[in-house]
Amino acid sequence: MTQLAEAPVTPPPRADERLGRRSGLARALSRPEAGAVAGAIVIFVFFFSIAPSFRYAASLSSVLYVTSTYGLMVSPVALLMIGGEFDLSAGVAVTSSALCASLFSYEFTTNAWVGVLVALALSLLIGFINGWIVVKTGIPSFLVTLGMFFMLQGINIALTQTITNQVASPDISTLQGFNSAREVFSASFTVGGVNIRTSVIYWIVFVIIATYILLRTRVGNWIFSVGGSAQSARAVGVPVGKMKIGLFMAVGAMAWFTGMHTLFLFNTIQTNEGVGNELIYIIACVVGGCLLTGGYGSAVGAAIGALIFGMVNQGIVYAGWNPDWFQFFVGLLLLGAILLNTFIRRRAEAAA
Amino acid sequence: MSTPDSTNGPGDGTARDILATPKAPPAAPAVPRPSNGAVPLVRLVDASKRYGSIIALQHITMEVSAGEVTCVLGDNGAGKSTLIKIIAGLHQPSEGIYEVDGTPVNFSSPREALERGIATVYQDLAVVPLMPVWRNFFLGNEVRKGLRIDIPFMKKTCKDELLRMGIDLRDVDQAIGTLSGGERQCVAISRAVHFGAKVLILDEPTAALGVKQSGVVLKYIVQARERGLGVIFITHNPHHAYPVGDRFLLLNRGRSIGYYEKAQVTRDELTGLMAGGAELEQLSHELEDAGGSVAEIGRELEEDATELGINDEPGTDARAT
Repeated sequence: MTQLAEAPVTPPPRADERLGRRSGLARALSRPEAGAVAGAIVIFVFFFSIAPSFRYAASLSSVLYVTSTYGLMVSPVALLMIGGEFDLSAGVAVTSSALCASLFSYEFTTNAWVGVLVALALSLLIGFINGWIVVKTGIPSFLVTLGMFFMLQGINIALTQTITNQVASPDISTLQGFNSAREVFSASFTVGGVNIRTSVIYWIVFVIIATYILLRTRVGNWIFSVGGSAQSARAVGVPVGKMKIGLFMAVGAMAWFTGMHTLFLFNTIQTNEGVGNELIYIIACVVGGCLLTGGYGSAVGAAIGALIFGMVNQGIVYAGWNPDWFQFFVGLLLLGAILLNTFIRRRAEAAA
Repeated sequence: MSTPDSTNGPGDGTARDILATPKAPPAAPAVPRPSNGAVPLVRLVDASKRYGSIIALQHITMEVSAGEVTCVLGDNGAGKSTLIKIIAGLHQPSEGIYEVDGTPVNFSSPREALERGIATVYQDLAVVPLMPVWRNFFLGNEVRKGLRIDIPFMKKTCKDELLRMGIDLRDVDQAIGTLSGGERQCVAISRAVHFGAKVLILDEPTAALGVKQSGVVLKYIVQARERGLGVIFITHNPHHAYPVGDRFLLLNRGRSIGYYEKAQVTRDELTGLMAGGAELEQLSHELEDAGGSVAEIGRELEEDATELGINDEPGTDARAT
């Protein structure tokens, strides 16, 4: 055994492996956001060159606004996805929250803020129920939230119809507290003659917060671990169940915030809004480098994924094309992103 | 091989059939004391474990002291897992005494055992493949500065700890899944050491590894011993156990069929006790193919095998049964 005991003293002969230092570029390319950044640049250059009206500052502002309407939800959805779960009810949950706020405060003639708070409670509860069922039963979140999606969609349409006999919520702009709530959720300001909505600012702030949580806090470490290997995470003492429920509730909270933005911008909400958005959120995350299987991704990447959608959505209009082409682009981007991500994951998990 | 031992395959955890008393060299139950007279870190005296009517372990006596490696050898179903679970605090012995640092203990959870410095590195290692090495290293024990985690400190500590184990990683930021199986095993070991382990229980650390990688892990077991840890090394491979072990506990069907200090037993005897060691010759060839210092072991083994004429030698098997 002497030869074994002595072996560790000499450093392992591995100089050869260390010769090939990775360049800064290679390092940047291995980040989860890399594909999304490249895609965003290509799409920006594309529309910038073919659509003259895309080049105005006002157009950029409207691209950013459209981006923010998706982007707000994309941050928590990205965290949830990194944590290894889906939420297919995220799109209609936005509408549910807005309907709840407007119907509650309108029917009971309360201050608009009361409805806002009731809606927050409802949204957190929806998130909690999603998370609780997933954690307690181990049923895939795809199925659990698919059920929630249909239930919410049914409630949105049927309950609103029952209460108001309409397919939209009543106009709440005359309620007390409406103006202050609009100031908070749906204000805008002007910079150099360009109108910018505060939702753009909120979007950027939430992306920064989500990124900070992911990369600089213990909770972030835990999010990666529960998505990457829940069993291993549990073995080292990470509260896996609480983390997942918390992530679903974060999605719920953001659905509330987005719902309030929409409600106080338009005074009223269509009951069938939001269907299909849950897929856009997920696609933005995948385009931004999040793995469908969890454990890998970034909030910045997902935000850039949302930006790509904003650019395509508006770019098609500025280019004077039929807006129906948007869906084609959505599909194309998703496919491209999946191919790229698969390639990246194979490299990341190279050793077996 | 058609020896009685090799037919006692899986499922003999029940161990209700009576085994003949081992006729092996020096009588088994004599408890060897550590040469320096120190109190052993972990000691089991006459411990048994029953699950209902099933007897999983019977009258096991073993110990490990600081700076020692105690190897627990046995085939599938010999009771190795039950023994780990008792030492790791997952189960309590039904009979007998479990002592830590000389005082009897009665752990009700692995966490309690961990608090006393007894850490278990299981086969699946509890690592998250896609996460960087340093994040894995500190997962669940993150060092924080206020709200945020102290990344520079954790990266540096991780790199230093791995270096102390002799693993020189180019980049602790790489995903742990990109490391080789042996390296991952070593990260898991050094993580346990860093977080205060005094006794390391290694559950078949070489089982899933190739020969070369096994050599790497054996090297780190020696390293851990040299840093003053007590190591309990569970394996079914005497050729991995003998070079690094100071004591050897052989289990079969839930009973001890021998407990030796290194001086009391030769590799050949150990191999013989372990169900005849049919794979010996094959392994020695594999080891030689691996090259380096491992190849030396391989050559040594081959010589031993030839000396012993072990392959179908019934004499060696008779001892074990």
